[in-house]
Parts: sequence; structure tokens; C-alpha cells
Amino acid sequence: MAELTYRNAVAYGIAQEMRRDPSLVMLGEDIAGAGGVFKTTVGLVDEFGPDRIRDTPISEQAILGAAMGAAMTGIPVIAEIMFSDFIAVCFDLLANEIAKSRYMTGGQVTIPIVVRTANGGGSRFGAQHSQSVENWVMMIPGLKVVAPSTPLDVVGLLAASIRDPDPVVFLEHKSLMADKQDVPDGEILDKLGAARVVREGTDCTIAALALMVPRALEAADRLEDQGISAEVIDVRTLVPLDTQTILGSVSKTSRLFTVEENPRLCGWGAEIASIVADEAFWDLDGPVVRITTPHIPLPAAEALEDMAIPSVDRITETVTKRMG
Amino acid sequence: MSTQTRDEGLYDYALREPRLPAPENRENDNIGIPIEARLEMYEMQQLLRQFEKRAYDMFLQNLVKGTSHLSLGQEAVATGFGRVMRPDDFTFATYRGHAHTLSRGADPGAVLAELLGRENGILKGKGGSMHLTSVEHGMMGSYAIIGAHLTIANGAAWSARMRGTDQVAVCFFGDGTTNIGAFHEALNLAAIWDLPVVFVCENNLWMEYTPIDLITAVANPAADRASAYGLEGIVVDGNDADAVYQVATQAIGRARRGEGPSLIEAQTYREQGHSRADPAKYRPPAEVQAWKERDPIPMYHERLLRLGVPEGDLSTIQQDVARRVDEATEFAKGGAVPGEQHLLTDVWADGGSAWRN
Repeated sequence: MAELTYRNAVAYGIAQEMRRDPSLVMLGEDIAGAGGVFKTTVGLVDEFGPDRIRDTPISEQAILGAAMGAAMTGIPVIAEIMFSDFIAVCFDLLANEIAKSRYMTGGQVTIPIVVRTANGGGSRFGAQHSQSVENWVMMIPGLKVVAPSTPLDVVGLLAASIRDPDPVVFLEHKSLMADKQDVPDGEILDKLGAARVVREGTDCTIAALALMVPRALEAADRLEDQGISAEVIDVRTLVPLDTQTILGSVSKTSRLFTVEENPRLCGWGAEIASIVADEAFWDLDGPVVRITTPHIPLPAAEALEDMAIPSVDRITETVTKRMG
Repeated sequence: MSTQTRDEGLYDYALREPRLPAPENRENDNIGIPIEARLEMYEMQQLLRQFEKRAYDMFLQNLVKGTSHLSLGQEAVATGFGRVMRPDDFTFATYRGHAHTLSRGADPGAVLAELLGRENGILKGKGGSMHLTSVEHGMMGSYAIIGAHLTIANGAAWSARMRGTDQVAVCFFGDGTTNIGAFHEALNLAAIWDLPVVFVCENNLWMEYTPIDLITAVANPAADRASAYGLEGIVVDGNDADAVYQVATQAIGRARRGEGPSLIEAQTYREQGHSRADPAKYRPPAEVQAWKERDPIPMYHERLLRLGVPEGDLSTIQQDVARRVDEATEFAKGGAVPGEQHLLTDVWADGGSAWRN
């Protein structure tokens, strides 16, 4: 048993997989000498050497291209894109090449890549270094999308992503980096496509992702004081999406709230709301309610950013009001 | 080459001064290439030419749907490199990739069937003309958004080194690609990592519908950029398969020996339009005519005659190729239209496309 921060869990998970598979490599900006700008790759170059942990220029297209070319010729690759906002710089590689090549070639190529990237707000970095881009990547056929909320999930889902033969975008939340958790000794391996009920309840279901999970849990504690029993689901992976866990919970609670850090339009909660409306309409006692960041670029000022991203207060108030 | 300036405001490009090819270099008759290899390259150029002419005929019959980009006139580049590459080397090509796929040994029938959108196509009808791929032949894909595949070729070269092989990646692209950012990212990374990759610019003088010299800061769009990445600027006659063979041998050999990447500019000409929809009326007629007179295939034919190959041997090759193209046509036309059972397969490695449980 060891206590790990979310930040250290990244390097811990990568190291576990690099020891298991000597062919696995990683590349990205400032990941070797500097240990990553979020210190998520500290120590890896010391153990695995600069041939397996490679510093690159500021060339996001070259990073993802090299990852794809290596992966399709037999070398599994972890590619780090420093901030998830920078995915926009290499979107062609991700959306048009990595995601589509298996289909376009009739299944001739396999591309075992994990694209790790620091996602989300709370750091007062402004609109180009704070975005939650899960909806950018979720909408592309051919990409799997993972967003862990705890250190243990970082290790287990990272291992599952690395062992998955398909391209995975792995979103590490910047505002969770200091969170701590005990993780067990020995190999840690989770699976993609499995949501988790992290708090049981009977009156409503709150589905949340990444930073929104601890906020939803805190809100659920407050709601309990008001006599509302909320069940909280950590969605964990957007693709594949564990709709059965969500539908099962809604069949019990009859109400659904989603808590999304992404801007409003086409957020992942819209897809879940659509599925629930389509497949569990008669289970519902009231509307599905989405709690999201407004449809704006994220502001930099502390006060404004805090207003924008769903807070414990906003989740609690919204659920209370809409359940009333 | 044109002496016109870039800012003259002339937009009817057919009125520009023609950009004429350099004269044929007869000295290339003496490049040390065994006659057997030359006959194979003659046969390959014949195959590429006759295949694409057939594909064009089939457009006109409305059998080939969508778009398609022919490389008629540019066959010597794919031929020269294809002959030098080892079966386990990697090719990366653009949407103008028919020749690069066939020159690695892919079956012409399966390629033509792909153009027809048939189930027996090389991609089961899922990719089409712009994404031809044949992994079993080392043809790692045709990429239809320019630039990206240079960075992907780097990855294959990096992988070859990590796996301890001496495989080489060869990446073909057009002159227009030299002005997109990924070109420069790829060249820099290949140089700093000393990757076994050969970048081959097929400069056909036209970036789609615009003269490349009008929109590029340097005269040789690839070769003049090489020095920025510590590489030698290499220009070769892309209409002479033997000259291409020679530079390919040098560059691939260099990469295989671990001596790093190369950037080669092969000067050639697209005899037809950019794509199926383009009649290419925007080109100076004298330019088109001058390059037609430097067509790589008659030129190679004449060379082989000068080297003592009997005309009858060449005719036999042409006829054999014509028969193969006829067989490919029958194979393609005979393919089934893909059924619904193929629509939702091949997204994931498990064969399916499920995104939820």
C-alpha cells in the first residue's frame, strides 16, 4: 500500500506498464529532463532512459505523427500533449489520421496509442490553457476517451488504455493533481467502458466526470442534509460509454443530473440525456438536467472562472431547486 | 523557369511564361543499372500508365465514383524508388497514390476494385482512391490531407530503429505540401533524431490550380528548404526513372546505414488536371506541350532501344501489361457491391464499432 497523488499516479502507471512491456515508449515536450510541466513524468527518464522517454520540440503534429507511425509498425506509444487545448494544433493527426486509418484501410492497421494530456480548469490560466475538451474528442469515431477522477483510477485506467489496441485520449485533470489516495501493491489494471457508482442513493442520479466527481460527492453530502439521497456515478470513460450503469441507476432513482465541466453545447451529458430520454423515458419522474460551464471561453480571473465551472454550491442548489 | 515576379497581378495563369523542363540528360544512359532492372522499370512504368488510363476511361463510363487524382506523367518517381526499396521498407503517399501502391507490388485488380467501390477492393471499399494502403507490401497508406503523413513516416522510421531493423521509410508528397506546417515539423524531427526516412517531393509545378512558384518563397520548394534542416538540397529529373533510381539508391542506402534522413525534389509534370473534375485549362499550352515531349515513358523506351533492347521485347512487355490491366478491369467489375454487413466493422481492433454497452 502506498499513498500517491494524482500527479504521481501518472508516472507510477506509466512505469508499471513500461516494466511490463519493454517496447513501450513515450514522447512529448519537457517530459524527460523536466519531468513534465505538471511533474507527471518525474523519474521516468532515470529508469527507462532517453530512448524510451523522449523530449520533443514544440511540434504537436510531429509528436502525434511519430506516435502513429511507430504504433502502426509495432511499437506502442504514449504521446503527451502538454495542455489539452493544444490538441487543436494537431487535430488533423488525431481526428483524420489516428482515428480513421483502421476503418479507411479496411482494418489493415492497428494504432495502439495513448494521447495523454492535461485537461480542465481551475488554474486561472485563461481560455487557451483551461479548457475541458472531452467533447472535442468524444465526437470523433475511432477514438476512445478516458478521464479519471482519482489516483487509483489514473493508474488502473492508464494501464487499461496502454494495453488497449486502439487509440485512447487520456485526460488528466489539472485541478486534481494534488489529490491523494492509497493504492494497493502489485499490478493495478482497470478496464475501459465501466462507470462506477461512487455513492449510492435513492432520490436522484448525478453523473459526473473528472473534477466534477469530487464536487458532485460533496454536493451529495449537502443534499443528504436536506433530505435528498443522491446517487453519484463517476462516468470515467466517455468512449466506450457505460450506459447500462447510468440507465440502471436512473431506473432506481427516476431523476438524472449531469455535471459537466465542458462548455454547454454538445457536452457529453447531452448524449447521456438523449440516451436516457430515448431508452428510459418512462422511468423518469422529471426532466433530465444538465449542469455545465456556460457556453463561453473560460475567463482567467479567479472569481469569474469559479463562477463559470460548476461548483459544489451550484450543483447543490440546482438539484435542490429541480427536485423541489 | 519563369522570370515573372510574384506580384504582377496576373491571375490567368495560362498566359504566364511556360516553365520548361530541363533537356533530357543522355549521360543517364550510362548509369550502372543492370538491364534486367531497367526492363522491370519499363514494365512498371507501362503498368502505371496503362492502369491510370484505364481508370480514367472508367471515370468516363461513370464506373469510378467520387474523386481520383492521376499521376500520368509522374510514373518515373514511383518506379525508380519502388525498384530500390526492399519489401520490408515503408511507403507513405498522398491522395495521388495509385502509382506508389502499385509500384510496391499491390494487386492492380484490387486497387481498381477499390476505385469502383467494390467489396473486393484493397480497402473493402472503405477508403477509396485517396487512401490506398497495402500493409503486406509495405505500403502504409495514402493520406489525403497534405503534411500529416510526413510526420507519420518519421514514426515508422523511428520504430524501425527501435525494433533494431534497418528498414527505411520513404514518404512521397507534392510541391504544395512544402508550404504547410507539418512539412517543417517533420523535417526538423527527422533531422534531430537522425531518422531513416527519405522525403521525396514530386514537384509537378502546380499546387492544385496555382503555379507553385507564385506562392513559394524559394525557386525549388523542397530542395531550397533542405539547408534549414541541415540537409543537402537534392534535385533530380523526376521524368527519368534511371536518375530517380540513382538518387533513391543513395538516399535509401544512407538511411539504411544509419546516416539520417534525406530530402529529394523530383522535378516532373502532371499531364492531366489536379483531380478528376479538373480539365487543367489554366496551364500555358507551350508548357504542357514541352513536358509532354519529355514524357518519361517514350523517353525510357528510346533509352532501352539505344541500349540494344529489341523493339519486339518492349512490345511484348506492353502487351503483357495490357493483358494484366484487362484482367484487373474484369476482376474489379466483377466485384460485389459492399453489403451492409461491412458498414459497422473495422473501427476498433475487435473488428466492431461499438461505443456503448
